[in-house]
Amino acid sequence: MVVGAGWAGARAMTSTSGPGISLMSEFAGLSYYAEVPAVIWDIQRVGPSTGLPTRTAQGDVSMVANLSHGDTEHIVLLPATVEECFRCGQEAFDLAEEFQTLVFVLSDLDLGMNQWMSDPFEFAEPPYRRGKVLDAEAIEKVGKFERYRDVDGDGVPYRTLPGNPHPQAAYFCRGSGHDEAAAYSESAEVYQRNLDRLARKLDTARDRVPAPVLDAMEGATIGIIAFGTSDAPMKEARDMLSAAGVATDYLRLRALPLNDAVTEFIDGHEHVFVVEQNRDAQMAGLIKLHCGDVAHKLTSLLHYDGLPIHARFIADGVTAKVGQKVEV
Amino acid sequence: MSDSKAPAAPSPKTNRLGLVLQDYRGAKSTLCAGCGHDAISAAITQAFFELGVDQHDVAKLSGIGCSSKTPAYFLGRSFGFNSVHGRMPAVATGTNLANRQLRLVAVSGDGDSASIGLGQFVHFLRRNVRMLYVIENNGVYGLTKGQFSATADVDSVLKHGTRNDLEAIDTCGLAVELGCDFVARSFSGDRKQLVPLIKAAAAHGGTALLDVISPCVTFNDHDGSTKSYKYTREHDWALHEIGFVPGYENVDVEIAAGETKDVELPDGSHITLKKLDEDYDPTDRLEAQRVLHRAREERKIVTGLLYVNPESRSFADALEMVDRPLAQLGEDDLRPGAADLAAVMDELK
Repeated sequence: MVVGAGWAGARAMTSTSGPGISLMSEFAGLSYYAEVPAVIWDIQRVGPSTGLPTRTAQGDVSMVANLSHGDTEHIVLLPATVEECFRCGQEAFDLAEEFQTLVFVLSDLDLGMNQWMSDPFEFAEPPYRRGKVLDAEAIEKVGKFERYRDVDGDGVPYRTLPGNPHPQAAYFCRGSGHDEAAAYSESAEVYQRNLDRLARKLDTARDRVPAPVLDAMEGATIGIIAFGTSDAPMKEARDMLSAAGVATDYLRLRALPLNDAVTEFIDGHEHVFVVEQNRDAQMAGLIKLHCGDVAHKLTSLLHYDGLPIHARFIADGVTAKVGQKVEV
Repeated sequence: MSDSKAPAAPSPKTNRLGLVLQDYRGAKSTLCAGCGHDAISAAITQAFFELGVDQHDVAKLSGIGCSSKTPAYFLGRSFGFNSVHGRMPAVATGTNLANRQLRLVAVSGDGDSASIGLGQFVHFLRRNVRMLYVIENNGVYGLTKGQFSATADVDSVLKHGTRNDLEAIDTCGLAVELGCDFVARSFSGDRKQLVPLIKAAAAHGGTALLDVISPCVTFNDHDGSTKSYKYTREHDWALHEIGFVPGYENVDVEIAAGETKDVELPDGSHITLKKLDEDYDPTDRLEAQRVLHRAREERKIVTGLLYVNPESRSFADALEMVDRPLAQLGEDDLRPGAADLAAVMDELK
């Protein structure tokens, strides 16, 4: 429904959790490949399968990052607080329309269904970013419209909305192979060119999604990377570590695809912990893919018992590696 | 037929928009020669040409399958969306809610709607989203080499001798049961019946379900098939001779007493139903169920307008959606002010 509404030009989102996304994953590929804006809000719960339906996790990271058969990549937002969820609402729609693609917002059961304290939300001032939409007048002005042509070199084509009366406006949207003019095509060159353009589009998005937030500490040689609700106990954990003489820098990821800020952070530290709430070090896996050969620097701290992660877990994990004892 | 009702305007070369039939065609079909689906595409093309529909107001939708390829083959100036197997109804619902001004024309198949998409089909009808919903029904999965689909009749036989052990799902019976306000069945080989049915369905205010028996010449057109051209012709039980007069023609519809029924739609158009063998009242839901069950018992294919309720309340009406497409709503319409947010924040203190 969201994909149909997005195609027709409305800002549309749905909220679900892991099993709902598994069930409807075919639409993720359609949104990516047919380039239809859509937003899916994932309140992550414990999987796999029915798992622990009332417990929390960050176990959907690698699933949503590349969800669908075939080569696919999605924009993913990683809010850490209720206030950030509020701001993510507009950001997710802006990115979905700017990049004409599916945007996942990864919340979790802890953040999405528990009560949290928050400062009052600030009113969002920035105007909506509706992306490259051509109305009849705009087509007349540019003279030519092809739905999947990379006119600007950033991988992002122009689109028209159903109901546009210009004779060139209508196109046939499909999940099967298509050329720049949206015509059906099985040509090897056309397919590969299109796939390369989609990769270019996601590359453009890399530096346009919310950047990681760095919280530095004087003299730190140890880095910690985390995201989402791991942020809540992080301040307390770093205070505990600091009291024990372990200074840490903290990089909080706010979106996928990852960009070079992550690589630079890892390069700038002797040792980097990646804190996440799943068994398989899903985010660390994505970091290794993006940042190259950094595996020797990374230690994963993985919390996956279904309960919210806590400061003691993080502090103990770090000290176990660096050989300091944390006093409570 | 509408032409016979308006003798002053014989079959026009151009329609009220000054366009010719050719303007309503799409790309060349890649289906097998003789496929029923191509005849349905031609009937849709003719119906929309004769109605003089502005193609920019139309959005074509489909799922996956042979039938779902066909929106590329008609109304070439309309937007189209070939979506996901069995889940076109969800995409169509979203499209309708985003822009209720669009006239939706959807093509699905028996596999798409009666097998993988049955849940979507059922909920779509329940919601009564305004759309012409064509099921091109051939009883087999043509794209995967002709296995039986869920609409294949029990005891019908595949080309290589396999007999179908299972009862058929009747999409029209389901639609009548679910409260759909426009339910019709036709045959791709009967354009005289099909074209006015398409016109009437396009004028309907909610979901108009049109199940069209559309023989698969490659996998299901042999002796033993109950969806072949030959079988369908021999077992066709037409309820009435159907005609359609669009509202804009503003012609007095002459009704021969006792012979022809007239159904007026809210947009001023008329469906005329000339009696054939026996009386049939298409505004009686129970009567529709009765003929469908009778047809099944007598191994006939009942065609025509099975049920119509002209006073249909669509999903967009039920939700009180705005007339303006949501895409055209700006920030002034969509973004509450800072004071509204502050008020909400105060409540949460």
